Amino acid sequence: MPDPSFVFAQSLSGLTAAMFLFLIASGLSLIFGVLRVLNFAHGTFYMLGAYSCFQFVQWLGVGGGRFWVAALAAAATVALLGGLVERLLFRHLYGKEELYQLLFTYALVLILSDGAKMIWGTQQKSVSRPPGLTGASSLFGATIPHYNLLILLLGPAIALAFWFVLQRTRVGRFIRAAALDRETLGALGVNVDALYTWVFVIASFLGGLGGALISPMRATVPGMDTEVIVEAFVVVVIGGLGSFWGTFLGAVIYGQVLSFGILFFPRFSIFAVFALMAGVLIIRPWGLLGRPLK
Amino acid sequence: MRKSFDGFLAVGGVSLTVERGRIAAIIGPNGAGKTTFFNLVTGHLKPDAGTVRLDTRDVTGLAPHDICRLGMGRSFQRTNIFPRLTVYENVQAAFLSHRGRGHDLWSRVERLYREETEAVLTSLGLRERAGETSGFLSHGAQKQLELGIALASEPSLLLLDEPTAGMSATETRETIRLVEHIARERGLTLLFTEHDMEVVFSIAERITVLHQGRVIAEGTPAEVRADAEVRRVYLGERR
Amino acid sequence: MALLARVPWGPLVLAAAFCVPAVGSRFYTFLANDIVIWALFATSLNLLVGVTGLVSFGHAAYFGIGAYTTGLLMKKLGLPFLLAFPAAGVLAGALALVFGFFCVRLTRIYFAMLTLAFAQIVWAICFKWNEVTGGEQGMPEIPYPSFDWVAALPLVGGWRTAEYFYFLTLLMVALCLWLLRRIVGSPFGRMLTTIRENAERAEFIGVNVRRYELAAFVLAGAFAGLAGGLFGIFNRGVFPDFAYWTKSSEVLIMTLLGGMGTFYGPAIGALVLIVLNQQITSYTEYWPFVLGVILVVLLFVFPGGLAGAAQAAARRLGGVRRA
Repeated sequence: MPDPSFVFAQSLSGLTAAMFLFLIASGLSLIFGVLRVLNFAHGTFYMLGAYSCFQFVQWLGVGGGRFWVAALAAAATVALLGGLVERLLFRHLYGKEELYQLLFTYALVLILSDGAKMIWGTQQKSVSRPPGLTGASSLFGATIPHYNLLILLLGPAIALAFWFVLQRTRVGRFIRAAALDRETLGALGVNVDALYTWVFVIASFLGGLGGALISPMRATVPGMDTEVIVEAFVVVVIGGLGSFWGTFLGAVIYGQVLSFGILFFPRFSIFAVFALMAGVLIIRPWGLLGRPLK
Repeated sequence: MRKSFDGFLAVGGVSLTVERGRIAAIIGPNGAGKTTFFNLVTGHLKPDAGTVRLDTRDVTGLAPHDICRLGMGRSFQRTNIFPRLTVYENVQAAFLSHRGRGHDLWSRVERLYREETEAVLTSLGLRERAGETSGFLSHGAQKQLELGIALASEPSLLLLDEPTAGMSATETRETIRLVEHIARERGLTLLFTEHDMEVVFSIAERITVLHQGRVIAEGTPAEVRADAEVRRVYLGERR
Repeated sequence: MALLARVPWGPLVLAAAFCVPAVGSRFYTFLANDIVIWALFATSLNLLVGVTGLVSFGHAAYFGIGAYTTGLLMKKLGLPFLLAFPAAGVLAGALALVFGFFCVRLTRIYFAMLTLAFAQIVWAICFKWNEVTGGEQGMPEIPYPSFDWVAALPLVGGWRTAEYFYFLTLLMVALCLWLLRRIVGSPFGRMLTTIRENAERAEFIGVNVRRYELAAFVLAGAFAGLAGGLFGIFNRGVFPDFAYWTKSSEVLIMTLLGGMGTFYGPAIGALVLIVLNQQITSYTEYWPFVLGVILVVLLFVFPGGLAGAAQAAARRLGGVRRA
């Protein structure tokens, strides 16, 4: 019988992982909800966020709040990239078959991840934690790094902020409307084209931010994009494609299943995750909090 | 039969009997529940209450493909063809399915049911266009093709959902004459919905009028035309 | 142009393929062997994607199952190829039946996601079931089938084992492709295309859409399993990544690159992709980047894939009629 403090530590670690997954998955869910396309390249935006953060930290250093500047700058860079991709390329595929759009996002994965290799090479990169957050505390008998604690607070905070934007701002309302009925929205005079670009920008920002924030915790390596995108798919399926809180819930569940799975059934933890995904799709395809697609 | 969607009563207590070999029509303003009613009959929707009987057989709740096999054919309101297949292939597909060849993984498909397919195409005046890709046909021609597909399922009851929608006056007259001719020739029972009153009154032997999901009148064209409630609903609408 | 259509391309290409070991080096035989197996894999996927309109993200699952089946039967149980090879198809088909049953109840994106989930489950099992599948290390050293009896024959003797295996692969793949071609050109195949074109309408000409989709799923899975069985031997080893989602995306790209609207499109896609890969990796390590750019160009300029573009060009040049 594992002792409670260990269980607590595992649970927290699962929650921390969930926060990052939530950031990527929410972007994925947003793009799917509005543009009806599954963006394979989202994991790559996440990876680029991590690499960019590394780069900004190289230029700026980590002291005196500079890490946070670097992280935001990284997220902004990725957001800009996302916007450009949508504006210049993706926009022209809107009328075409979904399969072609999917293929395009996959081509983006190839181009961008190799692009990252060209710029930063294949050696893994690491970012030091910002000073002031390098320590750890003892909580209920478990040692929790301070940075992790901050992420545990930041995660829900960002979620709430994002939710606020969706519910209370004009842009947010347009986004929700576009997810429901884009033709009518266009007929009402809203510039749907610009809205789509904004959706891409916001989603890429979230993904990039996730990557930037995780860079002090995990090594930044090529291949982290293909690994994370499948995890994001699982989260979005469990929570419900297009549902905001569903994504949050899905991320939390995924994090817990994975961390406890590794603890109790190490050989089956990856299996468990995909079995969960399959199970949700079989029993309730629109996820825990999603709505059936028309 | 009765059907509600999220509390909205689309079809409420509608009962309809069509005699074999007769031509019947369902009319009513937009939103009266005509297409919903059709969807209930063809198995695309399950009724909350009521049954559907084909001949003496209860077909309520059966899957559309099973109902089709039992002898019901249907055309749809929005043109429903197989766009990248040729005109010939569209009709042939219905024969292949109906005659049970779908399980054949071996024969070459081109020559099968050639005569039957060409016969249907000829009766619709589409014989010369057999090799054309159906998605590129004009709207009127596609509607005719749709009729051809429905006919190739060799139905005993044919349901036509707004068969002349979007057609010009000439096309409408031709199509409706054709439909009547084919129905008589094959002894088909025909049930159709229409917006074009001329069409309805010209060939229907029996008309049912729906309004807000309920039957408000039923009878011969003359009876329906004279019905006060029908006049109110239609004249009222035009105001 | 009509003359070009009369040329018996199939037998010609097959004959040319047989000549490769005679005129080319070992390396070319290796490359050709790779291409031929992937051609089968891609064509099997096209039965789902191009013919029936079902996009699967998890086709590699059946490829992997086929590879592990043949590998296990030949390496651990010492069964002959003639038993182990069909077994790959049977087992892959059986698994496709189970998975497909659940998948065809869903549409479009959910269908794709479930195919992905099942494939990742297969991968996870192969990755972790050390006792049976060798786990992360996989199963290296799958034996070649025994070709001694062939080497002893008068005319065809004197080739190396790898070359005999290549001939065997050619024969098996040619047979499978011929079968697939018959299936696609049959009434059953036509029913599948009606599902692709308009599933609602197909339902109302009496087509039990779910059942046909399941049948297509099983057939596609079975043939993918056969391709996998061949690949395991060719690759001299079977590894879990055979079932990983990136393998599924590779074969999907081949199918789309070559053109899913024609029967041989995917095979051409396999040829082009593998040759391009080989050529470009000799100049640069950034093959994925190049592939990505090619895909983007293709998407914007040739949506029908290479075969689609060729067909369109041929049509414009003068009236090629379909048989």
